[in-house]
Amino acid sequence: MKRKFDIAGCFLLFILISACTQNNQHDLGREEQKIITDTLVPITAVVKMVYIPGGEYKPFYGPDTLLVKVIPFVIDQRAVTNQEYLAFVTKNPQWRKSAIKPLYSDSNYLKDWPTDLQLPKNAKPNAPVCNVSWFAAKAYAKAVGKRLPTLDEWEFIAMADEITANARNKKNYSDAIIDLYLQKNRQYNEVKLSKPNYWGVYNMFDLIWEWTDDFNSILSTNDSRAGQYDDKELFCAGSATSSTDILNYAAFMRFALRTSIKAHYTIGNLGFRCAKDTAIKLN
Amino acid sequence: MKYILSSILFLFLLNSCKEVKKDRSALPPNSIFNLSSVWTNQDGIDLQLKDLPNKTLVVVMIYTTCKSACPILVSKMKAIEGKFTRKIKEDIALVLVSIDPKTDTPEKLKAFAKSNGMVGEQWIFLRSTEEATQEFANVLAMKYKKISPIDFSHSNIISVFSADGKLMSQEEGNIDVNKVVENVEKVTKY
Repeated sequence: MKRKFDIAGCFLLFILISACTQNNQHDLGREEQKIITDTLVPITAVVKMVYIPGGEYKPFYGPDTLLVKVIPFVIDQRAVTNQEYLAFVTKNPQWRKSAIKPLYSDSNYLKDWPTDLQLPKNAKPNAPVCNVSWFAAKAYAKAVGKRLPTLDEWEFIAMADEITANARNKKNYSDAIIDLYLQKNRQYNEVKLSKPNYWGVYNMFDLIWEWTDDFNSILSTNDSRAGQYDDKELFCAGSATSSTDILNYAAFMRFALRTSIKAHYTIGNLGFRCAKDTAIKLN
Repeated sequence: MKYILSSILFLFLLNSCKEVKKDRSALPPNSIFNLSSVWTNQDGIDLQLKDLPNKTLVVVMIYTTCKSACPILVSKMKAIEGKFTRKIKEDIALVLVSIDPKTDTPEKLKAFAKSNGMVGEQWIFLRSTEEATQEFANVLAMKYKKISPIDFSHSNIISVFSADGKLMSQEEGNIDVNKVVENVEKVTKY
């Protein structure tokens, strides 16, 4: 009899334990729905990627003699669009505007979207998505199995005009870009309406500013006019990177923007495109 | 008798369920404890930032093979620690996060801690993946760049976080130790 009780007791205990673990899982599930899981759900985006053979290039910022080697990579021929970003947040609730962690974005994230899953009124689905933070751009890239381009990769492509890979020494190269930069509300236009550059990459200058993976690697103070005095104290080994070589004003504008933004910032004409490593080496 | 025992067990189980729930929901939305990255400390133990002790956190990012500014940052962290009264010391943890996770293995971090006299439960060394490190640097708005296989350049920032993971203050550049101490005392008092 006593034994029976023991068995019954054990059984009861087992039921209770399993009830509790189940309950626990259930609670967690509910909580995750509220706090929302961090796990990224992969999505597919159909966008042509362009092969860039890389090579040595002289960065706009850095010691005079520095040549940076860019290894071959592939890059999206255009920026990520509103429509694609909508598909991303649909599958990934943690990146919707009502759910994004404040650490990952300021309050202007997807500012013009009326709700979590609705594009702004009048917004073209094929226009580049803007008002996204670096954290959000990075998550999107990961979800499509890619990454953000590095600053060097982006600037390497930016050297090209429509007919040459490196147009930096052409007289009107910078001026033409500056003209594009000065056009207002250009971020609302659709992608791929203008001509591609030498590599077949569209809209490097005429639509938006773009996030790069290591935008925060430019070691100058917010106000470069402050000169060399601050730099050494602000940065470990700062002297290695602070001397400037500004070849053109358009590039300088991009670098000025990059040094002034932080990863959680969102800006009305700042979007991104994705890149990827490649094993292919063509000459 | 069995029923009483079972009831007690039942209550106990219920309670333990409850605790799991309580812990998480209390975080402020802008707390760094919301980051889900996994880190390893100098003892080789894996943890998330929310597992850090419930104390005011003084955080700096360094790498152990650095020969220029990091030694200064490290000595400043020690100076900060030395300025606290014994009472407040119990409520503070000093966290050194590696920006060179490839080189700075837990063993290296431990040896570094030892050789710099940063031993004790108040000293925490962390390293993670390059991705999580980059994310964390961006949360701190820290600039860094790998300038050669062995060298990084980075901004010098000492950040103070409240016990629930909110960024309370940052000192940048030529850091005034007294100011950091002042900030920590303010945060710890509430």
